[in-house]
Amino acid sequence: MFSTRDRKPLDQRTDSHFGQVDDLAYLKYRHRLNFYDEPPLFDVTLEEFETWAIDRLRILAEIESSAARNRTLEELKSVTTAQCNKYLPLNSNSAIGIDRDSERKKDHVSHFVLRLAFCRSEELRARFVKAETTLFRIRYELDDTQERETFLSTRDFGWKAVDEEEREKYSKELRNASSTTKEVPGERYYKVHWTKVPDLIEKRRVFLKEGYAYVPSREQSSIVFQAFQNHLNAALQMTARALPRLEEDTRVLPILNHLSQGFLSGVPSEYADPNFEANGEEITAEMVDDLSRKHFPMCMRNLHDNLRKDHHLKHYGRLQYGLFLKVLGLSINEALVFWRQSFGASITEDKFNKEYRYNIRHSYGLEGKRANYPAKSCQRILTNDQPGPQDSHGCPYRHFSVDNLQAALLSTYGSQGFTSADMPEILHAVNGGHYHVACTRVFEITHGIPKGQGMGDGESVTHPNRYAARSRELWKEKHAPKDDQMIVD
Amino acid sequence: MQPEFESTSPELMLAFYRRLYPFKSLFQWLNQGQAPSKLFSNREFAFTLPGDVYLRYHSFDTMDDLKKQIVKLNPSRFEIGAIYSAKPRDKKTVRPTAFVPQQRELVFDIDMTDYDSVRTCCSGKGICKRCWGFISSAVIVLDTALRDQFGFKHLLWVYSGRRGIHCWVSDQEAMTLTDEQRKAIMGWLEVVKGGKEMHKKVNVRMPASRSLHPALEGAVGRVSGVFSELVLEDQECFQHEDGWRTLLELIPDKGVQSTLREQWEEDPGRSSSKKWEDCRRQLKKVEQSGGKQAALLRAALEDVILQYLYPRLDAEVSKHRNHLLKAPFCVHPGTGRICIPVDPQHVKEFNPETVPTLGQLLEELNDPTLVEGEHHSDWQKTSLRPYVEMFDQYINKLMSEARANNKVSRAGPKLEF
Ligand SMILES: [Zn+2]
Repeated sequence: MFSTRDRKPLDQRTDSHFGQVDDLAYLKYRHRLNFYDEPPLFDVTLEEFETWAIDRLRILAEIESSAARNRTLEELKSVTTAQCNKYLPLNSNSAIGIDRDSERKKDHVSHFVLRLAFCRSEELRARFVKAETTLFRIRYELDDTQERETFLSTRDFGWKAVDEEEREKYSKELRNASSTTKEVPGERYYKVHWTKVPDLIEKRRVFLKEGYAYVPSREQSSIVFQAFQNHLNAALQMTARALPRLEEDTRVLPILNHLSQGFLSGVPSEYADPNFEANGEEITAEMVDDLSRKHFPMCMRNLHDNLRKDHHLKHYGRLQYGLFLKVLGLSINEALVFWRQSFGASITEDKFNKEYRYNIRHSYGLEGKRANYPAKSCQRILTNDQPGPQDSHGCPYRHFSVDNLQAALLSTYGSQGFTSADMPEILHAVNGGHYHVACTRVFEITHGIPKGQGMGDGESVTHPNRYAARSRELWKEKHAPKDDQMIVD
Repeated sequence: MQPEFESTSPELMLAFYRRLYPFKSLFQWLNQGQAPSKLFSNREFAFTLPGDVYLRYHSFDTMDDLKKQIVKLNPSRFEIGAIYSAKPRDKKTVRPTAFVPQQRELVFDIDMTDYDSVRTCCSGKGICKRCWGFISSAVIVLDTALRDQFGFKHLLWVYSGRRGIHCWVSDQEAMTLTDEQRKAIMGWLEVVKGGKEMHKKVNVRMPASRSLHPALEGAVGRVSGVFSELVLEDQECFQHEDGWRTLLELIPDKGVQSTLREQWEEDPGRSSSKKWEDCRRQLKKVEQSGGKQAALLRAALEDVILQYLYPRLDAEVSKHRNHLLKAPFCVHPGTGRICIPVDPQHVKEFNPETVPTLGQLLEELNDPTLVEGEHHSDWQKTSLRPYVEMFDQYINKLMSEARANNKVSRAGPKLEF
């Protein structure tokens, strides 16, 4: 992707497909697992470039937040697998009838796009390597044993089988260095240079002699994961050095910046997710009060309550709340009604028409440059337009002082089952800067769903509209007539 | 306690740098060859000037530049850091991503401070030949581990000038270790853990089998002789009440513990050797009666040996490539002693009290009029000579291996995106 030849299509910025992938060979990607040795040397459209990367980012962000949410390895595996099936499926060779090559191509390309986005600082590199290695590990462990063996045989990991004679010679040492109590009959050992298994060295879990670690076959995967990690680390350093050349490409740079920002704020990038746009059925101005009590996340509850209390919201507050309501399904006419009623007698009809009507229509893309503005994602709310002292927009988990947050949580969600016993957990996440984790946990508590399930499949809150949409879905499931229950998912 | 020397005045220091400091050896050691390479030019030097002024990120293209600067600044000591991807003195002008530590000797720091709770002859800043025994047994264990287990060959041990010792590993493989790999080594080597309030500081047993890792079993074997000589006979670590009560805390069997307590309370002056024999006798009894506790008890006694004699390392020094460590042959500002290399084969005989001091060396020169002009090798006329020669012999082996490594010129790895 560094060559001019490959960059050209990006410069032209178009959504149509450029270049042709050689489809003649059966399965261009021979293996489901990938060590990402070769950069993609075919053309991708700018749209693929971005959307594939965002899909991968969702998975990596979920993996990162798992640590903050104290998930066990098993929970992490199932959450990640569910996310992968949704955004980045990767089937084994035996999955006939599925376009495995395009799945693998997307996996391949998205990995390399994110390398570009994440090679630029030490912190980003470290976090990216950690998340990618975890993703690789999860896929590795779920891979078909036979296919995995074949994949491993294509690489030189520098391991050497320990022969019978040597195994005999060091039998006591091998047994005493092992972490299990019983001798595993017929256990094979592999000799590798110790630098290839630093995790086993650090825990003193192997026999070590003259620089070589004797790794029992059940720990062999350690070598593979470490090799993956080392390889990626080295590759990212190299990419970082080559990056200044790429930064001349003004099309790609903003995308890369956007991607890395999304990762830093702990949530995938803002992205109009069709999942909640699609079910935004029509709502009316009268419904908003009720909906807000039942389904809104803290940030929107706060804006709504302030609007009700003061009959006014400042500019950014109106923007954040207005766009949220738009995506929730409030039509332009209903929006005009809603805002007019909310302001009440505080302003005259004339002033409303002059100053607010235009802005509301503008946010619906009916004035000015007629852009269809998306609702603000958590990332936007967390990082853009920091609230001033009189503002009520922003993210309460981030922008409220601790005591105010506690009071607000109890008064807002007390009736939905949130108690002060839940507080330490929420504050812990907040103190760690994991605002989306706090919000997700509040969602779980107030909706009576098990910890770790989040928006479904363990997904974290990344968008207020996703929060509201999922909350409404759950409510409908619960209150649906019995006959319909079979249909639900 | 030895007297503290006050003979490190700026004038004496300057004479030392001008006439005695073995710059050529230092250069060859760091550079691992004659022709100046990145190993030298991209290496960080840091200087401590009188009045606690600390200067970091200096670097030099040649040995002469280094010497000139040292003579000009006349630091009370100087330290050596990592080899960076750019020259450290250009740090401010290169992009932060272009300035990262790339290589560095693997270093270790063992300090008497960490043994203050077990030694009985000296305290605080003091050290004598007797308590040096703790340092020397640490050196023996660590030196063996690094050579036999990790396969390193080029280990330079340097007396720190007061109460400790440093180790610099210069094998090419050691030089290029990442921080993560250095951290892994420390995980492997760290055995004595837990703070003041933790009685049992050694917890290294496999959960169920209670077996000892072969690396540690070897260490126990290597120091068990020292244990009776040093811990029992010389230091009498268990003679006084504090000492034997600590030992009792390490006995896992309540019955054995109370038997011993009664016995020792009745005989307060009982020597450490006798008390240790008491422990062994109790172990035999339990073994003969076929008690399940026997393995546990045997393990606990082995752990006592580790707790007293296994190297206690300052892990932070070793974990990061960019950590600075005082250069060999510096003068310790408090004692005036020179940080001379120590032969690990003879570390037991090393006596910190007879290490040459700055004042002594300058007296040996005996021609103070010669302070002006260049005198690179005046160390030959002093008792510094055997130490510089030892250093040079070590360097020769290091350089010949470096030459061999360079001949096997590795085809550079394919550039990857
Ligand atoms: Zn002493």
